[in-house]
Amino acid sequence: MIALIARELKLSLRHGADTVAALLFFIIAGTLFAFAVGPSPAVLAGIAAGVVWVCALLAALLPLDRLFGADFEDGTLDLLLLSGLPAYEVAFAKTMVHWLTTGLPLLLIAAPLAVMLRLPDEKIPLLLLSLVPGTMILSLLGSMAAAVSLGARRAAVLMPLITLPLVIPALIFGAAAVTSAHPAAPLYMLGAMLAAALPLAPLGAGIALRAAAE
Amino acid sequence: MLQGISFTLSAGGMLLLRGRNGAGKSTLLRALAGLTPLAAGDLLWAGEPALRDLPSHAARIAWLGHLDAVKPALTVAEHVAKDALNPVGLEKFAALPARFLSAGQKRRLAIARVAASGRKLWLLDEPTTGLDAASVQRFAALCTAHREAGGMIIASTHTPLDLPEMQVLEL
Repeated sequence: MIALIARELKLSLRHGADTVAALLFFIIAGTLFAFAVGPSPAVLAGIAAGVVWVCALLAALLPLDRLFGADFEDGTLDLLLLSGLPAYEVAFAKTMVHWLTTGLPLLLIAAPLAVMLRLPDEKIPLLLLSLVPGTMILSLLGSMAAAVSLGARRAAVLMPLITLPLVIPALIFGAAAVTSAHPAAPLYMLGAMLAAALPLAPLGAGIALRAAAE
Repeated sequence: MLQGISFTLSAGGMLLLRGRNGAGKSTLLRALAGLTPLAAGDLLWAGEPALRDLPSHAARIAWLGHLDAVKPALTVAEHVAKDALNPVGLEKFAALPARFLSAGQKRRLAIARVAASGRKLWLLDEPTTGLDAASVQRFAALCTAHREAGGMIIASTHTPLDLPEMQVLEL
């Protein structure tokens, strides 16, 4: 599986435009909120955590339709399923690469965006702490949705329609971890969701990949 | 739907699938690979049901489908070890990104990947599509070497192949 992750990382880095597009979308969408609600620091600070979370969620969705789609179209998916790895391990490896090339970069630029949106300095570590499991959950659920919608005629439309409702709980607890006076509970909930998604989402994605290959 | 398919393949054997377009050659190959589930019947490997443990079964198979599974962003040598490029005549393109290869060269690269896999059973769906006569001869030589090493091949092709002792299954 390590070899598969390394190969997929290499491919993702050669297609760096996907990561750059997600990061640019993240920054631009966050900036649009600032323009829309005005420059009042109090208003911006009140919505900053939610805005960063929503923008991260939408930005992470952007490269998902190519996560399995390119392999499906060029025949690589068959080779991956015949690599000797179980389908869920293939799905897990691709999910890891999605997080490393999209979730992690989003995490790294979340702090500057939060500063721009006037999130109080003391809240920024909490925001980043919530985004660590949050972006992983987004990658796991998004990968499962990408696998389920693989081969569908309108996969690019179907995939966000599957993913977005699934990530609402993570969004609620993620934003609450930053705004609540007691952040521990929402962070524990995020951790619990990650613990559930970590084995279940790749299993679901693996089943969907096999179904798509049929 | 395919029905009444039955054959036995021994070490060093080769089975050629023949039939009109849509006869089910690709479907049969995908079913043998475990990519498409069987509605009924079984595939036995050394007397044991092979498809119950798909990852183990997959580890025996080298697959060449309709599509070449070549990534344009990777170089030729990043698809397969350089040594494996000689038998298909691609050694001088080792450092070239695969997006610059012609359709026939991509097919040769896919064949090189199969030959370098070290796996026992080759499942090949129209392997000679897009190949010129010299490349077909190289492919036949690779098949012969694989069979002499005890490997097995099941292939669908419309191209006449000069290979000894092939079984033919008409679909």
